[in-house]
Formats: sequence, C-alpha cells, structure tokens
Amino acid sequence: MTEESSPTASQHRSACGVTVSLRDLHRSFGDVHALAGMNLDLTPGELVVLLGPSGCGKTTALRVLAGLEDADTGAVVVGGKDITGVPTNKRDMGMVFQAYSLFPHMTARENVAFGLRLRGKGSGERTRLAGEYLELVGLSAQADRYAHQLSGGQQQRVALARALAIQPTVLLLDEPLSALDAKVRVQLRDEIRRIQLEVGTTTLFVTHDQEEALAVADRVGVMRAGRIEQIDEPETIYSRPKTAFVAQFVGLTNPLPGMVENGRATVLGESVPLLPGSPANGAVSVLVRPEAVTVRPGGAPSAAGAATVAATSFLGSHGRVQARLADGTLVLAQMPTGPVAELAVGDSVTVQVLPVAALATRPTD
Amino acid sequence: MTAELVAPAPTGSGGGRLSRRNLAALLPTLPFFVFVAVFLLLPTIIVVVGAFQDRYGGFTVHNLTILTTGSVRSAAWWSLSLSALSAISGGVIGGLLAYALATAKISGGLRRVVVAACSVLAQFGGVMLAFAFIATIGRTGMVTALIRSWFGTTIDTTWLYDFKGLVLVYSYFQIPLMVIVFLPALDGIREQWREATETLGGTTWVYWRRVAGPILAPAFISSLLLLFANAFSAYATAAALISQSNPLLATQIRGALTNEVTADTTNTAHVLALLMVIIVSLVMTGYAVLQRRASRWLG
Amino acid sequence: MTRATGPLPDAGRRPRDEMRPPQLRRRRRRKQAIFRWIVVALVMLFFAIPMVALLDFSTRLRNGTRNWVSWQPIVHLGSDDPASVEIRAGLVNSLWLVLVTVLIMLVLLVPTMTWVRLRVPALRRPMEFISLLPLTIPAVVLVVGLAPIYRIISNALSISSIWLCFVYVILVLPFAYRALDAGLDGIDVKTLSEAARSLGSSWTTVLWRIVLPNIRSAVLSACFISMALVFGEFTVASLLGRKNLQTAIFIVGQGDAKTAAALALIVLAFAVVLLFVLSFFATGRRRQNQG
Repeated sequence: MTEESSPTASQHRSACGVTVSLRDLHRSFGDVHALAGMNLDLTPGELVVLLGPSGCGKTTALRVLAGLEDADTGAVVVGGKDITGVPTNKRDMGMVFQAYSLFPHMTARENVAFGLRLRGKGSGERTRLAGEYLELVGLSAQADRYAHQLSGGQQQRVALARALAIQPTVLLLDEPLSALDAKVRVQLRDEIRRIQLEVGTTTLFVTHDQEEALAVADRVGVMRAGRIEQIDEPETIYSRPKTAFVAQFVGLTNPLPGMVENGRATVLGESVPLLPGSPANGAVSVLVRPEAVTVRPGGAPSAAGAATVAATSFLGSHGRVQARLADGTLVLAQMPTGPVAELAVGDSVTVQVLPVAALATRPTD
Repeated sequence: MTAELVAPAPTGSGGGRLSRRNLAALLPTLPFFVFVAVFLLLPTIIVVVGAFQDRYGGFTVHNLTILTTGSVRSAAWWSLSLSALSAISGGVIGGLLAYALATAKISGGLRRVVVAACSVLAQFGGVMLAFAFIATIGRTGMVTALIRSWFGTTIDTTWLYDFKGLVLVYSYFQIPLMVIVFLPALDGIREQWREATETLGGTTWVYWRRVAGPILAPAFISSLLLLFANAFSAYATAAALISQSNPLLATQIRGALTNEVTADTTNTAHVLALLMVIIVSLVMTGYAVLQRRASRWLG
Repeated sequence: MTRATGPLPDAGRRPRDEMRPPQLRRRRRRKQAIFRWIVVALVMLFFAIPMVALLDFSTRLRNGTRNWVSWQPIVHLGSDDPASVEIRAGLVNSLWLVLVTVLIMLVLLVPTMTWVRLRVPALRRPMEFISLLPLTIPAVVLVVGLAPIYRIISNALSISSIWLCFVYVILVLPFAYRALDAGLDGIDVKTLSEAARSLGSSWTTVLWRIVLPNIRSAVLSACFISMALVFGEFTVASLLGRKNLQTAIFIVGQGDAKTAAALALIVLAFAVVLLFVLSFFATGRRRQNQG
C-alpha cells in the first residue's frame, strides 16, 4: 500500500470532481415504485452512500445514474449538463458491480486496460496505465492472473482499478463488498475510501450495511420506499436521526415508554432531551441507543428502572447487557467490559438512561 | 512388548486393515461397474480386438485393407463431409435460435416448449424424422405437391435420398441439438459483463467483438464438434431413408453385419466400427478440452 | 454550484408523457423481443412443416381426396390388420422396455452415486468419465461388439426384445447420470446421511427415505429422458434383430408409408409433451443475474 500518491492519482484529482444531481426520479416496475420522487445532489469529490433495506430503490437510483435503467420521469444532471437521454457508454462513469463483473477471458491487467483500449490508447500506454492502477489497488503481483484465480476481494480490487483507469467523471459502486467475507469487507472498505480520497472523483456508493455506510461516507442518504428519508454526515445520521425509520435502521435502539413535557421526556425516572421531530406532548416511545443506557448493580426493586439481568455478552472492545424490566421489557445496554463482567444472570440491577438527545415516536401497540 | 503380542491387527498390520476397509467400501459400487464392464467395455474390446482377428482367431492387420476399398473410402468421405456440413449449418442456425431463446424468460412457456421440441428432435427422432421428410419432400410429399401446384414444376425428389437430401435431413436434427448444447453456455453469460462494457464506454459491437464473442468461442466450437460427432455416429435416419445402398460408414456397418463372410477379409464390421470409434473419440476429446475452458468461464 | 438550465420537473402536476426521458433500455429490450419472436417463428416453421406434412401425407389419397384410412391400424389397435399386429407388438415391447430400463437405471445409479459421494469420492471422476463414454461410442459401433454377447443372452435367456434393456441402460447413462448428478449436487448428501445414521437408520432407509425424496425432480428428469430415448431407439433394436416401437414404424412403413407417417406423428407429439412436462421438474442451473 503506497503512502505517496502516484502521479496518476494526482493527475486524476485535478481532472475530476463534478457535481451530480438526481432530480425528482420516478421509476415503477408494474405495481412496485422503486423510485418515488428521489432527489440527490453530490458536491465535487464527495462520497455519498445510499443506505437502505432491500427494495428501497438505492440500486435503482444508482443504475438510473449510470444509464443502465431508464427513469419514468425526472432528470440526471452531471457537471451542469442534463444527461438523462445519454446512453450508458457515453456517460463516462466508472462502475464497480457487486460480483462477477470481471471479464473471465482476460487477465487482471487486460481487464483494467479494456476501457483504455476503447479510448484508443496505444498498447504500450495501456500496459503502463493498467500497471499503475493495479498498483494503486495493491495488486501488481497478480496482474497476469485470471478472474477465477483471484479471491473475491482481489477481484473487486481489479474491478475498482478498471473503473478508475478510465478516469471517470463519476464513480459508482453497487454494493461492492456485499459478496465478500466480513474481514475482507472491513479491510477493503477502508482502502476504497483511501483511494477515493486520493483520486478525488465524485462517488456514489450503495449498500445495505449501515456500519459500512457510516465508515466510508462523507454523507449518508438513508432511503426508504424510493425516497431519501434523511441525508447527512454519518455522525448526524447516527446521533440526530430525523425519523424513527432512520433511528432504527442505523444502529440499535431501545423503544422505551416515556412522557413528554417541554421538549423533554421522562424515561425510567430520568429526564431525556428530545430531538426535533418528536411529538410535543403525551405518551411516547423514546428510541434510546444502547450506549446511552447503563446498568448498575443493586437499587430499590420499586424504582423506575428496576430490572434483572437476563443475559450478558462480551464483544471484545465492549460488552452488552440485556436486562428485563418489571413490566417484562428487555433493554439492551452497551458498556465497558469491566462493569459488564461483574454482572451475572439473575442479578437485581437498576437501568438508567443517560441524558443523551433521543428521538421519540408515538407508541405503536 | 506385551502390548504388541496382545493387540491384534489394528496398528501392527495397519496397512492391511486400511486396505480391507477400502475394499469393503468399493463393494457396493460393484454392480454398476460390472454392468458397465459387460455391456459397454466388453463390446468395445470385442470391436477393437475383432478388427485385428483373422478367421481363425489369430492376430492380423489384413482386415484393415477393407479401409482402402472404393466403397469404404467413399462412405468415409460422405460421412465426414455430411457431418461437417450439417454441423456448420446446424451450428449457425441453432446458435441463432439458442441466442433468441437465451434472451427469453427462463420459466416462460415459449422457452419450455421450444426446448422440449428440440430435445425430442435432437436425439430421439431418427426413424420418425425419415418419414417426416418423406412426407414433406418425398415423391408424394406435401411441399412437393405445393410446389407443383404453385409453380407448376415437378422437382426431382430423388435428391432426398442423395447427399444433398441427407444434409437437409441431418440439419434438421442438428439444429435442435445445437440449441440444447449451446443454450447453457449462453445462459452463463452474466448481465454484468454487458453492463461493465457499457460503463467502460463500449458499444454493442465492442461487446460482441471483445467480450461475448471470445468468451463464447470455446463453447461454440465445442458444440460444433459435438454436432459433428453426432452426425458421424447417426444411423437410424439414414437407415430408414436409404435401404438399397450403404453410402455412409454407419450404414456400411449394417451391410457388413448382414453378410459377414467376404472373400478374404473377416470382421469387416469390426474394422469399420473401429474406424468410426477412433474418429469420434478424437472429435470428442477436442470437445472435452474446449468444454473445460468454456465451463471455467461460463459455468 | 452550477444549476442545469430549464425548468425542474414538477412531479405529479405535469402529464407523465411530456416529462418522459428517452427510454433507451426499453427500446433495446423491445428490439430484442422482436428479434426473438422472428427467429423463433421462422425456426418453428421449419420444425412444424414436416410435422404438418406427416399429418397431410398420412391422410391424403392419390386422387387428392383426404381420409383417415391409413390411421385405421393405429386407431383400431386390436384388429387383425398386419400393421396393427406389428404396432401392437412393438408398442408393448417398448412399454416394457421403458419400465425395465428405468428401473435398472435407478437401481444401478442412485445407490452407487450416493455411495460414491459418501465413501469413495475418488471414484466420482471415473464414474463421470464412464457415463460419458456412450456418447463417444456410437450405438452402431456398440452393436458390433454386442452381437456375440446377445447371442449368448439369446441362448441363455430368450430372444425376447426385453433383454434390450441392458443396452438401453447404457444408452441412457449419459443423460440419466447428468440429471441425477445435478440433483445430488443440490442436496448435501453427506450431512443428510450422517444425520440420519446418527439417528439410527440403516442404509436402505437412508436411500429410500432421505436421499430419494430429496432428489425427486432429478429422478423424474432422468426417467423422462430415458423414456424418450427408449421410445425413440431404433439402431440397436434393428441391428440386433429385435422388435420395438421404432422398428415397428419402419416395418409398417415398408408396407404403407402413410400409416408409418401417422404413427411417427403420434409418437413425436407424445415425446414432446413428455419432455415439456419434464421441464417443470428439471433442476435448472441458470443463475439469477439480478443485482
């Protein structure tokens, strides 16, 4: 993994970085509305992740941007030009697919050089550039291997090099890590982010893995039912979700009953500030994150947060406790490993909610 | 020391116990292999050995001189060119049909019916096909009659029983066979390759010239080889159409089987069969080699 | 940040058609569909004409009128017409042959293939190779070598056509093996049988109650293909001097080509229906390329 940027990459950086705009896209497949008025703007050089459950339309949006799908209505604007009617092969966008996209009859080098060949580069120049991009993704040694001789992670790196080699105006990644092993996934996502920052291409990245989204993105767009529900920096998405869906899709939540008054809710005896978007009064369900919950041994059995330990788990860097309240609700708390280790199943404990701003919704029964 | 005396076989003759277990494991597979040995390998051996046996059972290569006679040479030539021509025509047309089907829904009715029809016509139709062609372009065939009533000309239908007719009839079952053999390869083409080509800036022509074409080439050629072998081995259709002569190697065997004893060569049928099996084996080896490459890319 | 010129689409207010971007993908899909239908139509015509001709030929008289006279021996299968007798004999033989061949094929292949997967994986390659041999050794060639063997069988057992079953099992081997192989690949035989054995079942039970039910569609596949092959087989039967459905068609054809044509049509149609139904059971290997 090279520390200094290669000459190619800095050439790249100065050349790229355009704005991308998806304007009010609609796309239906029969009765299914894959896109229902989707709007998205990307600033130059930005990496935006579209995150959502399957069927939310994130892949469709990506494919409409690539030209692989037609939108029913709406426009795609790149660098100020409306390219809605432009065929895929003229859009100059590099795309990395989820799997199986390497040409099986070509070596890694030939795969990467393919786009260059189509742009009329000479054989010597092709080999040189392909070699540079393979080095960028750390696969110089595997340049003469075929797809079936490469591991999943290696294949995806070649796919990335191939997409970058044509110095595209936009980089598109369609769940590039979903087909890989967990460990390779984590390693590769960091590399993808590093490379993207180095070359500076505006990038759209689609995934259903929220940890992945938070880790690589400049901004995360959470999608549901064909629309973006919230688009913000990862930190904001996590700590200030605008809707219950976003709060529950990204990270874990404990829905705990509470009463609202003056913009705060009383949950298990504690006063918790509420985020905008929560109901203004009455009984609510407050979505509390596990790391905003602590469990202390002992405490009065009649207190609001009295509970018994149902299970504990050790997750390496932190621990989790499942505690059952008097009314039967299970609460999940995330704490440092020390305090967790001291708890045993069946212990009487007190569950306390920390005053971290949380989102509340009307309770659903 | 005492342990060795007391403990029986297990570690002492470890190798022996192990191989006894291996043999025991092989036992249940015996019925299959014995069956195949008797009804597949034994006949093949009989053919090979018989080609080199004289009337008294001794070894001789004299039987092979049958291969130099005019009738055998012409039959070999007919068989080879018939197989080649029908393989090419079947390959091209069948390939197009397979491509048309590959773009259809896999569970759709159209594809099912066409594939079912192809399965029947490709492999199980010999005699029935012969009658179908007699009914179509024979002397009193439907198309013959139609041509007569539309254009007023009476075509000389004896060509059906000649080389050209055989090419036509053989193409008739080669096309479906091509569909069956080549369709899985076409199914193996991944959408992503097309899409990747497009995002990299390639047109449809580029896609076929540099991606799909080269990828499908081994599968296509191996299918052609299979078609060749199939036509070369075919017997039923020719036997049903042509009973008065033996223009192909396959029907020459028929002749040889029905009159075994000729002047100075015995086991003519064996020699002809040996020749056939050598040619077909060569072609099928080529098929297997290409098929391995094809399945690596498309499997 | 630059903005695109032109009005932004006002969704829901303007009629959809005005705002519709060029539908390039849909156009290509439509072109593909047209091409597909044209090619398929042309080739179907090519296939259909001889079938129609069979029907036409079998019902046409020399003077141009049409009747079903040639179909009589088939329709009245029980009659004393020599053609009917011939067809009856051939049909009965073929039916028995189908039954016996399929049975032997299943009994021979399913246990052996299961066992090889479980205990002797080294034999898998040889078995696969052997199963492909009949494709490389033409039936015509096989017959030459089989002649002496069948002479022995004729003396030891009988000259009945039923003994063709042995050869037929060899002939269906490539197709049946491939179908069963695909089916067994689809289930984890090792795990299932180990689970069954750990629960105390015998090998017969494992085969009968665990393996077979789970490869049902593959077994059906193998059976149907074998059926079609046995019904259509002519070469071996004819050269070994036995009688089956196809030799019956041939012999009838020497007397009256029209009746033979009618019979050919029926059998072909039946086989197509058979394999059409089969396609609902086949374990397809196509990958779903969505996403």
